[in-house]
Amino acid sequence: MNGISLQGARTLFYKEVLRFWKVSFQTVGAPVLTAVLYLLVFGHTLENHVKVYGSVGYTAFLIPGLVMMSVLQNAFANASSSLIQSKITGNLVFLLVAPLSHWAWFVAYVGAAIVRGLAVGLGVAVVTMWFAPPGMDNLVWVLVFAVLGSGLMGALGLIAGLWAEKFDQMAAFQNFIIMPMTFLSGVFYSVGSLPPLWLAVSHANPFFYMIDGFRHGFFGVSDVSPWISLGVVGAAFIAVSAIALELLRRGYKIRH
Amino acid sequence: MQIPAISFQNVSKTYRGGAVRALDGVSFDIQPGEFFGLLGPNGAGKTTLISILAGLAKASGGRVLVQSHDVVEDYAAARKALGIVPQELVFDPFFTVREALKIQSGYFGVRNNDAWIDELLSSLGLADKANANMRQLSGGMKRRVLVAQALVHRPPVIVLDEPTAGVDVELRQTLWQFVARLNREGHAVLLTTHYLEEAEALCSRIAMLKLGKIVALDRTSQLLAGKASTMLRFKTDSALPLSLAAQSRVTGRIAQITAHDAAEVETILATLRAAAVPIEDLEIGRADLEDVFLEIMNGAA
Repeated sequence: MNGISLQGARTLFYKEVLRFWKVSFQTVGAPVLTAVLYLLVFGHTLENHVKVYGSVGYTAFLIPGLVMMSVLQNAFANASSSLIQSKITGNLVFLLVAPLSHWAWFVAYVGAAIVRGLAVGLGVAVVTMWFAPPGMDNLVWVLVFAVLGSGLMGALGLIAGLWAEKFDQMAAFQNFIIMPMTFLSGVFYSVGSLPPLWLAVSHANPFFYMIDGFRHGFFGVSDVSPWISLGVVGAAFIAVSAIALELLRRGYKIRH
Repeated sequence: MQIPAISFQNVSKTYRGGAVRALDGVSFDIQPGEFFGLLGPNGAGKTTLISILAGLAKASGGRVLVQSHDVVEDYAAARKALGIVPQELVFDPFFTVREALKIQSGYFGVRNNDAWIDELLSSLGLADKANANMRQLSGGMKRRVLVAQALVHRPPVIVLDEPTAGVDVELRQTLWQFVARLNREGHAVLLTTHYLEEAEALCSRIAMLKLGKIVALDRTSQLLAGKASTMLRFKTDSALPLSLAAQSRVTGRIAQITAHDAAEVETILATLRAAAVPIEDLEIGRADLEDVFLEIMNGAA
């Protein structure tokens, strides 16, 4: 990136962070409340019936999953909703006429998605950990998976935001792809408890590796090795980013 | 030979696999410091041409240069030289006026731009709205912010795409005073407008676009001199004879008919008399750009 593009990328990143921060009650507060409700309902119902990894209580097991689910969903929502809103209201023109490279767009949108994901994740963690402190085995794994996972979801949100032309298309993407994949990724259960077919399906879901690797940082145990998870999530991040960058370079659905 | 501010070179644009031809080999240059008007009816291709210039659309053929920078190959330099005021009244509802201007400034790599932002705000009558949220502004005020956003990086080439559509008299005056000042200071201006009196008053050269092709391109004074030079204006309650309908323009009771010379004026009056059309308040004056425009658009030109 040249000088203009670097300053431009920094400005766009700042604008994207400012955008969600100005409405943080909805963009951070609401997802924290949702996660707490999940914890109260599922934790209350299952705490005395389920033990995971032999010794981990269900509520403690659930907390990192809820944190990561919130990180992923909000990282996706930040990039995708910002883009689709700008496209539909027409103010994307301010960006389109600016001398920003496709790299500048990518870095800014994905960077802001990571910040939103981490802000929500931190909020969920701070509020939920009082219910059952999950412990911390290795902070590095926690941070690596939080950043890489939210980056992946930010890039995916960019693609969805470029692709969708209407709010209902975006809602469909969110409800029929993102929600099932996050729900079936092992947030609420250890996939080791699943029958073989569903175990195999879970292993084909990249979201599973994001959650499993993240959770490994708390308990030091997980369904698969964190190194395998890192490989899968890293490869998915590179692949999705490459697609997002190519779409931005071509001006897919934004430069006609 | 100076480097043109903008150079359109055989620009074409087709949609739906070539079925619709929005622009068909458009070529012209705009010189540095020039105030240039681009006129044409709705659907002529004006906004498509501006969109290709701005990088909002891709040409199907030909190319566009801004100060010799290709808008595709060398888009960063081309866009840095351009300030575009879009036709649609768009805004980002999350920000105040000052935030919007600082952000736009940053996109162009310009930092510490507060002095110029303050000058823009006061020149466009926005000083007391600087900290108001964009949502709270009236349509006219939002339009002013659009102008300020386009100029925030001090572009040498300014493009105004129908900036006065639906805008009150006060803003039109403020806007034209400010743009005329920038033009005097050396900025090239490309204006598209439906208000032909504005183009006549401001533009030194004019291109007319019809169905994606340039049908006239000349100095404004030459265009006015070369075409119908005389205009009859009168009031009547009757319908005009069919033979005059093509060259006339009727607004309520007021009819205007263009003529090339005195003999044609006599013929028109004779036709009106023969058809027994009663006329009042007859005036004979110089044709304006609107008459030239209609003549070119209606004729083969």
